[in-house]
Amino acid sequence: MKGAISPLSLVRPKTIHEALDKLRDDPTLVPLAGCTDLYVSLNFGTLAGTKFLDLWPLTRLRKIEVDGDVLRIGALATFTNIIFSRRVRTWVPMLVDGAKQIGGPQIQNRGTIGGNIANGSPAGDSLPVLAAATATVLLRNSTTERRVMFTDFFTGYRTSVRRPDELILAIEIPKQNGRQWFRKVGTRAAQAISKIVMAAVRDPKGPRIALGSVAATTVRLPKTEAALTKGLSIEEAVKVLESEITPIDDVRSTADYRLTVAGNLLRRFWVDTA
Amino acid sequence: MKFTLNGAAVDVQAHPMKRLLDVLREELNLTGTKEGCGEGECGACTVLVDGAPVCACLIPFAQTEGTSVTTIEGLGEDHPLQHAFMDEVGAQCGICTPGMILATIALGDNPSLAQIKEGLAGNLCRCTGYEAIYRAIAKANTGKKSGTRLGTLGVKNRRATDKRKPARPSGSKKRP
Repeated sequence: MKGAISPLSLVRPKTIHEALDKLRDDPTLVPLAGCTDLYVSLNFGTLAGTKFLDLWPLTRLRKIEVDGDVLRIGALATFTNIIFSRRVRTWVPMLVDGAKQIGGPQIQNRGTIGGNIANGSPAGDSLPVLAAATATVLLRNSTTERRVMFTDFFTGYRTSVRRPDELILAIEIPKQNGRQWFRKVGTRAAQAISKIVMAAVRDPKGPRIALGSVAATTVRLPKTEAALTKGLSIEEAVKVLESEITPIDDVRSTADYRLTVAGNLLRRFWVDTA
Repeated sequence: MKFTLNGAAVDVQAHPMKRLLDVLREELNLTGTKEGCGEGECGACTVLVDGAPVCACLIPFAQTEGTSVTTIEGLGEDHPLQHAFMDEVGAQCGICTPGMILATIALGDNPSLAQIKEGLAGNLCRCTGYEAIYRAIAKANTGKKSGTRLGTLGVKNRRATDKRKPARPSGSKKRP
C-alpha cells in the first residue's frame, strides 16, 4: 500500500442529522461509504483529503421505497441491495442489469449507488441508467433539502453541484414508459471498467439514450434522440450520434473504437426494443 | 473495537482507517488472507463480513465494528472445500485459494456451474485456468453426506451485509 494511514482521521456519526452537523462544522470532511473507490486511491497513495466522515453505519440511507410517483433509492443502497430489490427490478430493470455488471460480488456487496454518483467517474456503470431514467438527486445540508436533475448534477470531470456541506441522500426515479435497455462493453464481464456503456429507454414519446465513457461526464444524447423521435432511420440516427459525441483515446480504449461501438449499441438498442 | 472473528468475540485496538486486511495480518497474525492487487480487482483478500464476501483491502477497520468476520482460518483445517481444492489441484501458487474458498462458501449449498462462475467472478487465478477450481467445488458439493451443509459459517448470503445482526457462530465443527 502506498498511502499512509497515520495522518488520517475518521468521524463516525450515529445519525444523518449528526453527519450533516459534522459536515456543516467542517466542510473539509470527505464522506465515505463502501470505500470501493476511495480505498483504491488510498492503496495507490492518491487519496484526496485526510479527514473522513463514515456514512456506512447510517442504515436508514439504505432504504429502497416507492413514494407516490417515484422510486426512491437511498444513497447507501449497495449494488447487491439493488440487484435483490423487487421494487428496483419492477421499476427500473435496467438498473439491475447495470448493478450486476459492476465489479464482482465483493464490490457489489460494498459499493453504493450514492458512492457511484459522488465518485463521478465518467465510466460509472449506474450513471447512464440514472441519466436515461430522468432521475433526480436528493441533496441535503444541515438546514435545507434540494433536488437536482441527475443530468444537471455533474459540471465536469469528477465535479458536481454538490456543495461541501451537503450529502447525497437518495436518488429518485420516476415511472418509466417503454422498454429499458442496458449494455456495458468492457474487456470481460466482471471486474472490468467500461470501454463504453449505454442505457436507454424506448419511451413511446421518444427514446432517451445515455452513454458513459465517451465524455468527461455521463451524457444524454438529445440530438440522436430527436432524430429518432422525428422518425429518421436508424442509420441516419447513427450518423447524428457520431457527430454528437467526441470520445477520446485512453488506457481502456480508443476514440475510433468507441465511436464505432456507440453506433453499434444504438442499432442494437433499436432492434432489441422494437 | 468489538467484533466477532471466526466465531469468537474479540476486542481489537487499531487505527480506524487501517485496512481490515492489515489488521487481520499484522495485529491478529491471520496471514491466510492474502494481498493481491490492493484495488478490489483480484479477490485474494476476500473475507466474509456477516456472511457476505468482501475485499478486506477496501474496508476501513472501523466499519467491522459489531460485525461477524470469517477468514480462511475460521474454517479449521479439515473443511471439505479445502480437501477438494487439494484433491483436484484447484490450488497451485495458493495466493487466490483462501479468497476462492470463502467466495464459494457464500454461494451456499449445491451452486450450479453458472452460479459458481458468477460467484467467483471477483476472484482471479493466474495458475489454474479455473477448470480445476470449478471441479473442486463440484466435488466438494457431491462428496458431502446428505444433510451436511458447506455453508455452516453464518452465511445469510446476499442480504446479510446490511443487517447488522450478528451471524450464527462460525468456525463450525460440523464435518461430513
